[in-house]
Amino acid sequence: MRTTITVNGQARALDLDPRTTLLDALREHLRLTGAKKGCDHGQCGACTVLVNGVRINSCLSLAVMHDGDEVTSIEGLGTTEALHPVQRAFLTEDAFQCGYCTPGQICSTVGMLAELEAAIPSQETPRGAKPALTDAEIRERMSGNICRCSAYPQIVAAIKSAAEAMA
Amino acid sequence: MKAFTYERAQSAEAAVKAATATPAAKFIAGGTNLLDLMKLEIEQPQHLIDVGRLPMAAVEDTADGGLKIGAMASNSHAAADPRVRQRYPLLSEAIVAGGSPQLRNKASVGGNLMQRTRCAYFYDTSKPCNKRQPGAGCAALEGLNRNAAIFGASHACIATHPSDMAVALAALDARVETLSPTGQARSFPILELHRLPAERPEMDTHLVPGELITAVVLPPPPKGAQVYRKVRDRASYAGGLASIAVAGPNVALGMVAHKPWRAVDAEAALAAGATPAEAMARELDGASSAGRNDFKIALVARLGAAALAEAKGERT
Amino acid sequence: MSSVHDWEAPNPVKTNRSGLIGKAVDRYEGPLKVTGTAPYAYEVEPPSPAAYGVLVTSTVARGRIVAADTAAAEAAPGVLLVWTPFTVPAQAERPAVTDFWSASADPALEDDRVRYFGQAVGLVVADTLENATAAAKLVAFSYEQEPAQLVFDQHLGEARDPPGESDVRVGDFEAAFAAAPVTLEGTWKTPLQNHCQMEPCATTAWWEGDKLTVHTSVQMVRRTQQGLALTLQIPKENVRLLTRYIGGGFGGKGSSYEDLTLAALAARALDRPVKIALTRQQMMTVTIHRPATVMDVKLGATPDGRLTAMSLITTTHCNRRGTFTEHASNFARSLYAAPNRLTGHRLVKLDLPHAGAMRAPGEASGMLSLEVAMDELAEKLGMDPIQLRILNEPEVDPETGKPFSIRQLVRCMKEGAQLFGWDRRLPTPGQVRDGRWLVGFGMAAAIRGNFLLPARCSFFVDAEGVITVRQGMTDIGTGTYTVLAQIAAETLGVPLGAVRVEIGDSELPPAPGSGGQFGAATAGSAALDAGMNLRKAIAELAVADAGSPLFGGRPDQVTFQDGVVAIENRSERLGDLIRRAAPDGLTAQGEIRPAADARNWSQHTYGAHFCEVGVDPVTGETRMRRMLGVFAAGRILNWKTARSQLTGGMIWGVASALTEGNAIDPRYGSLINQDLASYLVPVQADIGELDAIMLDEVDDKANPMGIKGVGELGISGAGAAVANAIYNACGVRVRDYPITPDKLLAGLMAKGM
Repeated sequence: MRTTITVNGQARALDLDPRTTLLDALREHLRLTGAKKGCDHGQCGACTVLVNGVRINSCLSLAVMHDGDEVTSIEGLGTTEALHPVQRAFLTEDAFQCGYCTPGQICSTVGMLAELEAAIPSQETPRGAKPALTDAEIRERMSGNICRCSAYPQIVAAIKSAAEAMA
Repeated sequence: MKAFTYERAQSAEAAVKAATATPAAKFIAGGTNLLDLMKLEIEQPQHLIDVGRLPMAAVEDTADGGLKIGAMASNSHAAADPRVRQRYPLLSEAIVAGGSPQLRNKASVGGNLMQRTRCAYFYDTSKPCNKRQPGAGCAALEGLNRNAAIFGASHACIATHPSDMAVALAALDARVETLSPTGQARSFPILELHRLPAERPEMDTHLVPGELITAVVLPPPPKGAQVYRKVRDRASYAGGLASIAVAGPNVALGMVAHKPWRAVDAEAALAAGATPAEAMARELDGASSAGRNDFKIALVARLGAAALAEAKGERT
Repeated sequence: MSSVHDWEAPNPVKTNRSGLIGKAVDRYEGPLKVTGTAPYAYEVEPPSPAAYGVLVTSTVARGRIVAADTAAAEAAPGVLLVWTPFTVPAQAERPAVTDFWSASADPALEDDRVRYFGQAVGLVVADTLENATAAAKLVAFSYEQEPAQLVFDQHLGEARDPPGESDVRVGDFEAAFAAAPVTLEGTWKTPLQNHCQMEPCATTAWWEGDKLTVHTSVQMVRRTQQGLALTLQIPKENVRLLTRYIGGGFGGKGSSYEDLTLAALAARALDRPVKIALTRQQMMTVTIHRPATVMDVKLGATPDGRLTAMSLITTTHCNRRGTFTEHASNFARSLYAAPNRLTGHRLVKLDLPHAGAMRAPGEASGMLSLEVAMDELAEKLGMDPIQLRILNEPEVDPETGKPFSIRQLVRCMKEGAQLFGWDRRLPTPGQVRDGRWLVGFGMAAAIRGNFLLPARCSFFVDAEGVITVRQGMTDIGTGTYTVLAQIAAETLGVPLGAVRVEIGDSELPPAPGSGGQFGAATAGSAALDAGMNLRKAIAELAVADAGSPLFGGRPDQVTFQDGVVAIENRSERLGDLIRRAAPDGLTAQGEIRPAADARNWSQHTYGAHFCEVGVDPVTGETRMRRMLGVFAAGRILNWKTARSQLTGGMIWGVASALTEGNAIDPRYGSLINQDLASYLVPVQADIGELDAIMLDEVDDKANPMGIKGVGELGISGAGAAVANAIYNACGVRVRDYPITPDKLLAGLMAKGM
């Protein structure tokens, strides 16, 4: 099926098997392998990308469902020469080890900070309150991204320092 | 995944028409549960009708002071709506107890209600499962059924419904609006959406083939406190062992039955002046376990009593 | 053979003049990882587009495949190849006896036997991943099933000593235990666990003539490359194996699996590149797991807390065809003084997937028993658990009588206690409440052995003065790239930016790979040697070069600093020297071998864990609120990567106490948890405030740098601290891990709570 998706600012016309997930379209068709396949069932978050600015699991979405959408993957956030503030913070705080979950963690962080801005609640948000960037909120909101190396404390530190840098 | 064809529906009417016109068609909105199951070939639709972009994502006030949530609203959007948070905090809190932020951003409100059980034997296609393959038998009955139902199970199926949101909706007396294949709209209480397994566990709901959920309608919130509590093996991003929603006099239990379980016996006992623990004990008179899930009876008794006490505390 | 005394001479890592050693240096490959541009095995670009392979796995636990119907799969769209044991190309036979450290043939789909549920029994290759995945579901096998031994608990009576092993006895344990005034006896159980590396095993393979290139995800380069050559029956120089970026290993990628062999075979058969990744579900059975254990602990003590008798006997399991033993009793041999000791292992053969090494094999399970038993004994004696441990601190290794190379366990406990606020712990459980949570403190000791293996390394300096480190080593997230760069920079006196590191390639000088927390010490020591040899070569080059200001000087007086070589005030830039005197660059080789006398010392890494948990007495839920580990593990090369290894390990320990474990369906031999929604590794919300502190230490018996490993120390004992904190919070002991709400609830109710 013909599908056009704007990926990292560039319109990409694809002719896809309807079964192709957004994740496999990125990885196998567009050779953007930053988004990772950890479980292929929405159980790990390694495939997290931003669609129209909102973080989702790209493994649990068909590429053909995203005709006309704007997708931002890790490759669209920054480069080794010009790191995004979240990428820089992950590097500085050592918020990863094997690196496989890292692009998903970073995309998720960018989406998460936008969700906080938009006052989307989490189970850590006190009733009636606007959510704040507390450690408990970060931990809950980043729980859709598993890090088996367990860089969790460093990820919290990185997110706090990135949020400060971006403020 | 088995091969399928795909279309993006232009209207709800066209969607339901396409669903009846095409054999083995299914609606897809967020896709977070359907695609999970299609990858395992537990679901094998031959045609997908994408209803995700239909203009049914709004949250609107209703004339009677309630709220109507479009079926295509994302779980995140529904949980974040200021009116939901203010008037139905229980619903917001139940939604954010489910899945992960990424899943909630993608999953629709309608799809949340249509999600299927997480029973390990339903997911393992090498095992007999009446829900997957009618008549095959149920591997969970004699299996590692730690998370099986304690209410309303049958000899054919002891699976539970995994939704958090639906438990809150059950306690809030929500109604479900649908569009039938004939183009007719109908509205019915959420408790009439899901079925108990009985002899037909392959059917999760009472919807007719091709019927599309278009909205969930909340009546004005009942008087009294709202509480949602969920117990699970991990702090987040995990299915529940049990949950409870309290909305004023209404009590619903989650992950304990094939459907969100309205605890009518507990409600009646409370109305008659029973303590929270007594009310839960009354409700659990009807519970039975499958072997490995005995603890859920005690867990629900204690969780329920604590949540009801918490709700009472808020009232005083 | 060398001696540890050969390592006493000063070297740049010890003197650390450039100050790079121990620094919190960012990861060398970090920029690639945070930008998603580090290519993992499945993402490598082959010379032409790859075909996609998908494995098919067995649905019975034991028996014979009597027929394989591949017609539907072969007729499916895009399918290029379908293999079963009946049609897979010939490979070398599996040797009757294999040894983990030597390469051996590992044929895929080798015969019609099914040895466990979820064994790889077929392969489908197609033009697209979607077509291959769908066609794999169409391969139908008929099995002749045989009775299988599946339930560990039911076969404990058949447990035997592992091959070549027998119990270790010191003194007369039985008599001393019988005579002990105070005793503690108990059985602890740990479940089967899965590694769940985030990157599933994957291989991309292609052939150019008779030369095979494979990019795969493994911890050991040389052994895997040679094993593949043996399997394929081709000369080993015809196989190039690369593993540049590895999405987690934890022992599970110490072996390779069918993705490797079958990708190579299919690429040859199809004459085009083929790539295969295991699915998450397949990872659970096709790869190894940590086996379940049953651990019997017996402690005898005097009323004042001196251990007189100590025993830990572990029973564990492996596949009927395997020999792997989870040595969960070994650590106890060196931990506490007790004159009468008995330790050993028993092994049960089951028809389950293969048991194997998983992060801190032995300690990770074993310390969940003894370190809780010590907590229980302390309570029985009315003593503080730290005091009990200090009282039983041995002067020398309590089993062998060998001196310790260095042992700072007591310091770890004391400093940890102070930093954590251990004095605020109330010895009687159930005294502290915070909202709906009962709060408790627990602690446990940590011990994990330290090892050094043979390795080589080469250093190259080019005309720009850039040093390239080359080693067939791996970085599984441990920080290998980074510490090698630091060692090179410090040794040659160049900035970190002037170092390149090339690892993960079988054409590079061999190193054993990553595992057993031996990686940094082993690879790093070979690198140091290469660096020293390159220093020497550069110094000799400089003093012999008439164009150099250093000309005519003594090579041993040449200093290396800031990219400059100098003898006192005569100096030039390293790059200038090389460009002029050796324009093609200079290479030096390095090597490390274990010292002949290294085992004259009892050598370990140590630590102490402190944990605060909350227990909801209504629901039995536990939350880890705060945790601190204090560790002594030799000189630390990199504060950041070492700390991350330790905190990561601690979190694994939390998971082993609270959530992690798999169960076997006794009817089918299948695992109940087949994915990451059901096999619960921790998520971010499970981990409260957590930190690791590393004490100053140098272990001069370990290697020339005095460093030791940290990758497995963090998990060792961590779960026991959690379990002890749970008891302190609510007064319930659960000896069957993990301590899930259902088990804790039963204990709470039994206590009338």
